[in-house]
Amino acid sequence: MSAGVTFIIVVVAIIMVVGLLLVGAYNGLVRRRIRVREAWSGIDVQLKRRASLIPNLVETVNGYAAHEQEVLENVTQARAGLQQASGPTQSAQADNILTQALGHLFAVAEAYPGLKANENLLELQRELTDTEDKIAYARQFYNTNVSGYNQKLQTFPTVIIGNMFGFRPEEFYEAETREETEVSFS
Amino acid sequence: MSNTDASIEEPVLVYDRISANRHTTGLLMAGFIILIGGIVWLILFLWGLSASVLPGVLRFVGLILIAYAIIASTRIVLSIAGAHEVTKKEEWEFVRRVENLSIGAGLPMPRTWVLEDSAPNAFATGTNPESSHIVVTRGLLEKLEPIELESVLAHELSHIGNYDTRVMTVVTVLVGAIALISDFALRATFWGAGKRPSNRGRNSGAAIVIVLVIMLVVAILAPIVAQVMRFSVSRRREYLADASGALLCRNPDALARALEKIAEDPEPLEAANKATAHLYIYNPLREHKSFFNGLFNTHPPTEERVRLLRAM
Repeated sequence: MSAGVTFIIVVVAIIMVVGLLLVGAYNGLVRRRIRVREAWSGIDVQLKRRASLIPNLVETVNGYAAHEQEVLENVTQARAGLQQASGPTQSAQADNILTQALGHLFAVAEAYPGLKANENLLELQRELTDTEDKIAYARQFYNTNVSGYNQKLQTFPTVIIGNMFGFRPEEFYEAETREETEVSFS
Repeated sequence: MSNTDASIEEPVLVYDRISANRHTTGLLMAGFIILIGGIVWLILFLWGLSASVLPGVLRFVGLILIAYAIIASTRIVLSIAGAHEVTKKEEWEFVRRVENLSIGAGLPMPRTWVLEDSAPNAFATGTNPESSHIVVTRGLLEKLEPIELESVLAHELSHIGNYDTRVMTVVTVLVGAIALISDFALRATFWGAGKRPSNRGRNSGAAIVIVLVIMLVVAILAPIVAQVMRFSVSRRREYLADASGALLCRNPDALARALEKIAEDPEPLEAANKATAHLYIYNPLREHKSFFNGLFNTHPPTEERVRLLRAM
């Protein structure tokens, strides 16, 4: 009788402890996933800011180099592509295309002395550089969060909870490596 | 305490260095608590008091700690007073880089200040990331390349992210508490020596002498040990901020160059004092060179920091 009671108490205790652990693991996963989403919105804000700078830029360049339509058209298209993209993989691709298009645009701008000295263009260039740096840092933060979440999702015991409740690994934001204007010391 | 900074192993991965540093700081903090607990217990034991007065004693210690914390934070605020707050409009490079790094570290944007002093240096303060400040000197903005500036800012932001101001305030407070308790014990020993209860048997004279000697040694040594531990924690936090700063800006080499430049600069920083020295990226006060005096430095030797950064 008393042995039976002890047995029941032990079993109940074990079930409760395991239950608490599972709840903890579940909450941990949810928390990490929320962090990933928040970090993603950090990138998204900067991508939107970057896209919003483009029309003004195109207009400014158009004033000096109207016959460079192809380059301008590419930038406009790349911007539209970035605005339509959703999710890390698509957005990263679209952003890379925009970076390339902008590279061409600024290379072309080099040939127009009036354009090169344009206050508005310099200001836009500065803003774009700043936004690119911010995207790079937002990406770093996002990927750190994704890596933490994915790691948790693949290790015991959270892997069980993850499978049970259908948690999916998150995508990394892959972009070309950030290039800082490094001064060479010789 | 045998771990001088030169003898730390070098885990290659920055992540490992960070966790190793956290670990050591935790051990040191535990050491502080044990030291305080030990002294209080020793006093109680030697006086033949029962443990029932312990809560009262601890409450007294707590009050001292709070008073100390208030004084410490006021001093830090005072040291900002010489600086003026800047926005992106005035200091584009400085403020935007702080913004970028905050995004990278996932921290709220600290307030940004410039101290008009030509000695290159920087410090961070604030008890939590939500209300934190980064102060740089004019000299830092003028003498460093943008990328080096960014690495220094990453170091400072890491101090904020690692709650170093809070850790150092707690440590300062604990050191103060130990000094006070020791002082109290010292005085009480001298005054109370004559009024010992004579319930220790015939050889109570010898017992009293032994008690006095132990008390004296403890009361004199404890504050010194506490100071050494405080500086050790401070140096650990510097290494930690170097490592996590390098991780944040992904450029340990730039931070190494910045440290060398700052170290080579001959100009003294007027605004610095002992209360705030541990906050700066580079010790604004004189660096002690010998091993023994090295125990009382707030910062590790620059060559060692640069060496570790270059090894990352």
